[in-house]
Amino acid sequence: MSEVHPALILLAGGLLLFCLPTTPRRIVSVILPVFGFLNLLTIADGTLWHITWGGYELTVLRADRLSMLFGYLFHLAAFIGAIYALHLKDRLQIGTGLIYAGSAVGAVFAGDLITLFIFWELLAITSVFLVWARGGERALRSGMRYLVMHISSGLLLLLGAVFYYLNTKSLAFDHIGLDKGHHYLIFLSFGIKCAFPLLHNWLIDAYPESTPVGTVFLSAFTTKAAIYALARGFAGEDLLIYIGTIMTIFPIFYAAIENDMRRVLSYSMINQIGFMVVGIGIGGALGINGAVSHAFNDVIFKGLLFMSMGAVLFSSGRINASDLGGLYKSMPWTCACCIIGAASISAIPLFNAFISKSMVMQGVADSGAVTIWLVLLFASAGVLHHAGVKIPFFSFFAHDAGIRCREAPLNMRIAMTISAILCIVIGSYPPLLYNLLPHPVDYVPYTTTHVVLQLQLVFFAVLAFVALMLTSEIDVSLKTRTQRITVGVLLLIGHHPPELPGVNLDSDWIYRRALPRGIRAVVRTGGLIVDRFFAGAKALIQKLIAAIRAQHNNRGLFGRSWLSQSNVLIAIIFLAIYLIYYF
Amino acid sequence: MNHPESPKQNERFLAHLGAVRWLILGFVVWCALLILTDLIVHRHLTFAEGELPIEGRFGFYAIYGFVAYLLIVWGSIILRKKLLRSEDYYDE
Repeated sequence: MSEVHPALILLAGGLLLFCLPTTPRRIVSVILPVFGFLNLLTIADGTLWHITWGGYELTVLRADRLSMLFGYLFHLAAFIGAIYALHLKDRLQIGTGLIYAGSAVGAVFAGDLITLFIFWELLAITSVFLVWARGGERALRSGMRYLVMHISSGLLLLLGAVFYYLNTKSLAFDHIGLDKGHHYLIFLSFGIKCAFPLLHNWLIDAYPESTPVGTVFLSAFTTKAAIYALARGFAGEDLLIYIGTIMTIFPIFYAAIENDMRRVLSYSMINQIGFMVVGIGIGGALGINGAVSHAFNDVIFKGLLFMSMGAVLFSSGRINASDLGGLYKSMPWTCACCIIGAASISAIPLFNAFISKSMVMQGVADSGAVTIWLVLLFASAGVLHHAGVKIPFFSFFAHDAGIRCREAPLNMRIAMTISAILCIVIGSYPPLLYNLLPHPVDYVPYTTTHVVLQLQLVFFAVLAFVALMLTSEIDVSLKTRTQRITVGVLLLIGHHPPELPGVNLDSDWIYRRALPRGIRAVVRTGGLIVDRFFAGAKALIQKLIAAIRAQHNNRGLFGRSWLSQSNVLIAIIFLAIYLIYYF
Repeated sequence: MNHPESPKQNERFLAHLGAVRWLILGFVVWCALLILTDLIVHRHLTFAEGELPIEGRFGFYAIYGFVAYLLIVWGSIILRKKLLRSEDYYDE
């Protein structure tokens, strides 16, 4: 029986890394997640640790199958991330990265809302350093926006916890539900970290601004801790089905037009989280198993894709699709790993998303929600478009952008290879993951029907891509009749749009453009009104002073010399008034 | 990527196309085989009987995937016209 809290090793170890010189730091950074994992194995299912603080009993550790699964996952992600970061000389990224991982572990083992709040805020504070690690004005501003969103999420959670305690006299973090109005505070808090629609832009904004290593860490923890929290507190809420469905659908269009490859992956992340949110909304054994297993797989394959794009950025110095192409010649290893990641996220049989996403789809089908299911199927084809095809094709193939760079460093290749192997192993042997899931699994992913139908969906979507590329590339001066007919038919579907540099407006336009401009306009107009008021008042006072002064010069009422008879007349008039008044 | 309006790049791509042609042809044959399996393989529907009968029709998934992909590309072309701004849009 362990005496060490699972979060402590990563938290304390992360701090220790700041004090170590380069080589020991590198060794310790990789060993820490392993130690943490071994410690985790000693914690028995059902363990509860309580402490009393300020008269309240807090559950700092609650270990059950759901929290253990995320515990394993976060240690795995920290381990892969630490290997990916081995080439770094700076201590900030790996130090904060592992403390950040520790915060995520603490959050999933929190048994009450106050402990959760503490780790929730710690997640925000530690992760923002990974954004700032990139340096420069852009990263700084993006990090500030990120921090504001995440601190707000924490404050909502605290406020929600206070109301929850006042109503139930309990701080225990179990199923919360949406039956009371104040529960929406906690729901919204989780929603921000989960990147719900319109609350999602911190992710799109900040993740691509981080360093290659930073983004890999960022992609693993925050949103998955939020998925855990939703699964714990709001399983089976119908609202989540609709929110999740919107999350699967809108990012696929944004990802299609986005030029920055890591921003494409960020949109793709919201799309994948959408599937998990739908699964949580469906609830029940199948829905929750589907959601958390997909979260598990997503950390691996999305991490792999972020690692491969990070490697491209690291080696070539470029990350925009419009600047990339033909990199398979310089970076064949990274290219192969990226293709495995792309196949995984596209849910091709034998790769890991195939065994998890299908549980969510089956859960939706079992609930009879035909429209939602059709939308999710559409979104699955969308995944193929931006993550399955766009990421590998426009980085490593397409036209040769003339980039001749070195292959990614060895540590990066090792980290990517571990993830790639995991994608295939978990995808090919589902019990490995299914045995860890919170509910017993009686779902069989590998049936002939399922395999064939998924292959049809995926490869016909790729066929559409091939057709679109052919119309973009084909020489229209073809001679024979058959060729002309083929080209004619193909041209009906149009061209594949080129990758273009630029910024695409999203909901962050509200606070990055509209609000600042609005405030500036209000201040400007308000300033103008205030200025005019004071100018008017000043002119009025000046006029008054001039008028008074005019009466005091030698021709004014009070300044000029009066005749004696006039003075006598005034005295008589006053005496007369006096007489009449007292008569 | 290449555009038909840039002849130099087009030429270079066509040089590749010779090698890629067989790949594309193989891929099309693979897709044809996949859709033909609908005639042989007995399918278990995802939905309960009668909830989404079209799911059992020949080539439903294949056509759905193909059309969805085209719709996404067409949709994104329209979206880009509305949303694309210069790279320094927020830096002004």
